[in-house]
Amino acid sequence: MTAAAPEPKANMGQPVPRYDAAAKVTGRATYASDMPLDNPAYAFLVTSAIAKGRIDSFDLDDARSVRGVIDIVTHENAPKLKESKLFSNGGYAGTTIQPLKSVDIAHDGQIIAVVIAESYEAAREAANRVKVSYTAVAPSASFDSPGTTAAAAKGQNAQFKEDAEVGDFARAFDAAEVKLTASYDTPAQHHNPMELFTTSCAWMGDNLVIYEGSQYVYGLKNGVAEQLGIDADKVRVVNPYVGGGFGSRGSMTPRTAIIAGIAKRLNRPIKLVPTRDQGFTIATYRAETRHEIRLGAGRDGRLVALRHDGAEVSSRPDAYCVGGTKTTTRLYACPNVASLVSIVRADRNTPGFMRSPPEVPYLFALESAMDELAVKLNMDPVELRRINDTNVEPIGGKPYTSRSLMACFDEAAKAFGWSQRSPQPKSVSDGDWLIGYGCAATCYPTQMAPSAARVRLQRDGRTRVEIAGHEIGTGAYTVIAQTAAERLGVPLEKVAVFVGDSDLPPAPVAGGSNSTASTCSAVMMVCDQIRQRLFKAVMPSDSLADKAKETVGISQAPSTQAAKSDRPLDIEKAFDALGVGIVEEYGEWKPEGAPLDSFMAMHSGHARLVGGHQMKDKIAYAFGAEFVEVRVNRFTHEIRAPRLVGAFAAGRIMNPRTARSQLMGGLIWGMSSALLEATEIDQRNARYVNDNLADYLVPVNADVPGVEVILLSEQDDHINPAGVKGLGELANVGTNAAICNAIYHATGQRIRKLPVRLENIEA
Amino acid sequence: MAVQALSTAAAANNPLTKATAQPLAGGTTLIDLMKLDVMRPAAIVDINSLARGWSAIEPASDGLRLGALAKMSNVAAHADIQRNYPVIADSLRLAASAQLRNMATLGGNVMQRTRCSYFRDISYENCNKRNPGSGCAAMDGVNRMHAVLGTSDQCIATYPGDFAQALIALDAAVEITGKAGTRSMPFAQLHKAPGSTPDIETALQPGELISAFSVPGRWPRSVYLKARDRQSYEFALSSAAVALDVQDGTIRDARVALGGVATVPWRAREAEALLKGQKFDDGLAQRVADAAFADAKGRQHNSFKIALGKRVVAHALQQAVTMEI
Repeated sequence: MTAAAPEPKANMGQPVPRYDAAAKVTGRATYASDMPLDNPAYAFLVTSAIAKGRIDSFDLDDARSVRGVIDIVTHENAPKLKESKLFSNGGYAGTTIQPLKSVDIAHDGQIIAVVIAESYEAAREAANRVKVSYTAVAPSASFDSPGTTAAAAKGQNAQFKEDAEVGDFARAFDAAEVKLTASYDTPAQHHNPMELFTTSCAWMGDNLVIYEGSQYVYGLKNGVAEQLGIDADKVRVVNPYVGGGFGSRGSMTPRTAIIAGIAKRLNRPIKLVPTRDQGFTIATYRAETRHEIRLGAGRDGRLVALRHDGAEVSSRPDAYCVGGTKTTTRLYACPNVASLVSIVRADRNTPGFMRSPPEVPYLFALESAMDELAVKLNMDPVELRRINDTNVEPIGGKPYTSRSLMACFDEAAKAFGWSQRSPQPKSVSDGDWLIGYGCAATCYPTQMAPSAARVRLQRDGRTRVEIAGHEIGTGAYTVIAQTAAERLGVPLEKVAVFVGDSDLPPAPVAGGSNSTASTCSAVMMVCDQIRQRLFKAVMPSDSLADKAKETVGISQAPSTQAAKSDRPLDIEKAFDALGVGIVEEYGEWKPEGAPLDSFMAMHSGHARLVGGHQMKDKIAYAFGAEFVEVRVNRFTHEIRAPRLVGAFAAGRIMNPRTARSQLMGGLIWGMSSALLEATEIDQRNARYVNDNLADYLVPVNADVPGVEVILLSEQDDHINPAGVKGLGELANVGTNAAICNAIYHATGQRIRKLPVRLENIEA
Repeated sequence: MAVQALSTAAAANNPLTKATAQPLAGGTTLIDLMKLDVMRPAAIVDINSLARGWSAIEPASDGLRLGALAKMSNVAAHADIQRNYPVIADSLRLAASAQLRNMATLGGNVMQRTRCSYFRDISYENCNKRNPGSGCAAMDGVNRMHAVLGTSDQCIATYPGDFAQALIALDAAVEITGKAGTRSMPFAQLHKAPGSTPDIETALQPGELISAFSVPGRWPRSVYLKARDRQSYEFALSSAAVALDVQDGTIRDARVALGGVATVPWRAREAEALLKGQKFDDGLAQRVADAAFADAKGRQHNSFKIALGKRVVAHALQQAVTMEI
C-alpha cells in the first residue's frame, strides 16, 4: 500500500484505483463541453457593468457588423420563460433573479444579452462591441453599506426552521465563572470549479438534450422543463463527468433555460462557454458572514452557557442562508444555549451552497472561540473539548448515532506531536520564522436521500449499474462499482457503471455529502433483489431454506434472507436454473424517516435529504480533528501552513484511496479559506474585483508541502444500510479556526477575521 | 486579424512600425490581454524567428549580455548567472510558474503590463491607462495591490514584474532594435512613470523591439527578496533587489531596487547613498529602508506596503551582507 492507497482498517473497503482514472489522466473523459454537437452555434454572454439600476438602451450596430454574428438576444427579444422558485421554497433555482426579462439590473454581472454566432471567437468579439447605456443607482454592497435590510432568517427561509435554544442562556452567562465574548468575520468566496459554467443545448424535435456539468441532473431537467413550459420527460441532462462542483452546480442557474430557449428558436444546437469572471456572477457563491459568540464556563472548563449569533448576506429577492447554528449549538455539552441567525439583503447575486456551507463559517467562529476560552482557562484546547464532549446533543437531548470526536483528537494529536507543544505563544521559532501549532474540531451532518438504481447481471458476471448519480471528482463511479461487485460477488472489472444522465434511475443531488450513503444504499438494495431472484431459483428445497433461516433469522422468506445475508451465490448455476440470459432489477430506496412523498419528489427533481439533527430520535454526524503548523515570517509577516494533519471518522469508508483524496483536498481548501480565498467587493459599486484565478488565490503545491490524513475505523449501524456517513465536506471545516489558533500560538495575536493576510500581523 | 512572422527587425518594411501592430514572443501577457479585450492589435507580428540571434546568454568577465528572446527558465537555471548574478537568477526563478517561465522571454517579461484589476476589466470606463483622461477607478477602489511609489493623481497601477528590479539595480542597459538600426539606453529610462500620461508606459517607439540587455560588472553578493500572499506563482506585495560590494566590512557600492510597490521598476538611489562607505548594522538598514520609502503615499488598502516594504529592504540588505560568496 502507498500513502495514496492507505491500508484498510476494520469496516473499510479496498483502496482500489479510481474507475475513471485512466480516462481522466489520458484526457479521454468527456465533459459536457466536449460532447460533439451537429452544426452548433456559439453563445457569448454580455453581463452588466452596474449592480443596480436599469438599461436605457443598447447600441448593437457595431456588434452586429462582426462577421458570423447570427443574433443578439436582449430583454427586448428574449424567449419568454416561466419563473422558477428558489430550491428552498420548493423550486429548482439557485436564484429567482431571472435575467433578460426587463430593463432592471439586480446585481453586478447579470446576464443582459446573449450573442449567438458561427464561432466562439465571433461571438466574443461581438459581445465586446455591445454598447449599453445604463441609469445606475447606488447599490448596497455588503454588511456596512447604506440601504441594506436585516431580519431574522426564521420565517423567511423555509429550510431554516429554528433558532436553537435550550435552558436560560442569559442567566447562566451572567453567573459563569469565566466568560468570553468575541466577534468573527468570514469573507465572500467563490467555488471556481475548473469546468466553467458552460451549457450546450440541442433539440431533436420537441426533445431537448442538455450537456452541462450538474450536481443534480434530475433537478436541472425538471427545472428547465418548468421554465420552458414543457413536459419534463422531454428533457434529458447528460454529464458523465463533472469538472468540480463544490455546490455551485447543485441548483439551476438562469443560463440553461435561456440557451435552450434560443436554441429552440434558432433550430440549432447552441454551445455556451462563459468566461471565468462571468462565473462569479451567473452562478452562486459563499456569502460573507459575521458572528458573535458568547461562551460561559466554569473554572473546570465545563460550558454552562453558549450563544451564537450569525448574520449572512443574501440578495434582495432571495432569503438564502446557511444557518450553521444548527451544528454549533449541538457540538458540545452545554445546558444553556441560545442562537439567532439573520439575513442582510444587499444588491448582490443570490449566494448558494459552497462546500460545507454552514459549517465552514460557523465552526470558524465556535472553534476559534473554544481556543480563546482554553487560553482564558489556561487549559489545553484538546482537553477543553474532552471535558465538553458528549454523546447527547444538548438542544433536543438526542443521542449521537456514533461520535468519535475525541478519538480523532487523540489520533491526530499523536501523529502531529501535540504533546511536545508549549502552550506559551511566541515560544517556538526557526530562523526567520515564528512557529505556532493549533487545532480545531470538525464535524458534518450525516445525510441521506431517496435514490433509485437499476442493475443488470449476466451469467458470466458482467454487471451494469445505472443510476443518475454524479461523478464530481469524488469517486462515485468507483464506490458504486465496488458496492455492486461486493454484493453480487463478481470481479470489480466486470462492473460497468453509468451515472450523470437523467434518463437513468433518479439519484439525489450530489450535495450535503449524501451521495455515497444514498447511491450505495440503493445499489445494495437492488443487488439484493437480484440475489433474491437467483436464490429463489437455486433454493427451492426446504433444507436449503432451513439453512438460510439459521443464518439470517426467520422473519423473511428464505430467498430474501439469503439475499440479504453474506451467503455466496453460484451465479452460473442460478442462471442455468432460471433459464434466462439476463437478470435485471430496478428498485427505489429511501432512508428511515424520509417523508411520505419522497419517491414522487425524487422523480420530479426534489431531493428530500434527511439526517443530521433532523432525525427523529437520534442525531448523526461525522467528526474529525485537525492540527496545523503555521509559520509567520518575522520580517515579511508572510503566513504559511506547511503541515496539516487531520484524523476523521465517518462510518464505513468505502474506499480508503478516494476517501483520503477527498479529505486531503478538504484540508487544503480549509487552509485556503483561512489564508488565501476571498472575493473582493468594491464597496462603491457592489462589484467583484478579483474575479479570476490570477487574483482570487487558491493554493499551489508549494503552499501545501505536508498534508496527512488519518482514517479512523468506525462502525455505525443506525444511519443507512451502507453504514456510510459521508466525508466529502468534512475536512475543510474547522481548518480555518485551527490556522488562526496556530497564528495566535506563533505570534500572540488573535485574528478573528478571514482571510488572514500579512498586513493583519502586527510587528 | 493577421499574424505575420518577422525575419529581421531592421527591415524597412517591418510591419511593427504600425502603431496598431503588436509583437508576439512568449505570448504570456499579450494573449491574456487580448482575451480580455484590453489590447486590440490590428496585427500580430511573431518575432520568435529572431530567437536564433536574440536568445544568447553571454556571461563575460566584465559583464553579462542577455538576448531578449532568451526564456526566463533558461536564464534562471544558468550556472554563471546563479553564481555571479543571484539577484537576476532569483528574480526570474521567483516569478510566475514553471510553465510560464518556459514560455516567457526576457524582453516580454520587462514589457509585462500592470495587473491592476480595473485596467484589466474593460467594463470600467475610467482607466487613464486604457482611456486617457477617463479617470482612475483604482484610486478609491480595491487597491491593496497598487503602488505607493511613483504614483500620480492619474494612475496608481503597480509595475508587476520581478526581473526588471534586478536590471535596474545593476545599472543594466537595454539594446533596442528598429528599422533605423540598434540603439542602447539605460534600462532605467525604458519605463515611464505615469505622471499625466499613464497610457505611455515605455520609451519604445513603434517598430522597435528590445533585442538584448547588458549588465556591467559582476554582482555575486546580491539577493532578490519577494514577499507575497502565496508561496509560488504570485506577484510581489513587496520585493527588493539588493546588490552590494563589501570589502573588509565596508560597503563600497550598493544597489537597491523595489518591486510590487511602485508604478515602474524602482531604483532607491537615496537609500543607496546612505550605504556607501558604511559598515552594516541594523540601524543603518532601518535608515536605508526609511529613505527608500520616504516619498511613499499609501491609499485605503495598500498603506501596509510602506511598512512591509521597509522590512523587506532591511531584511534583503541583511541577507546580502551575510550571504556566503
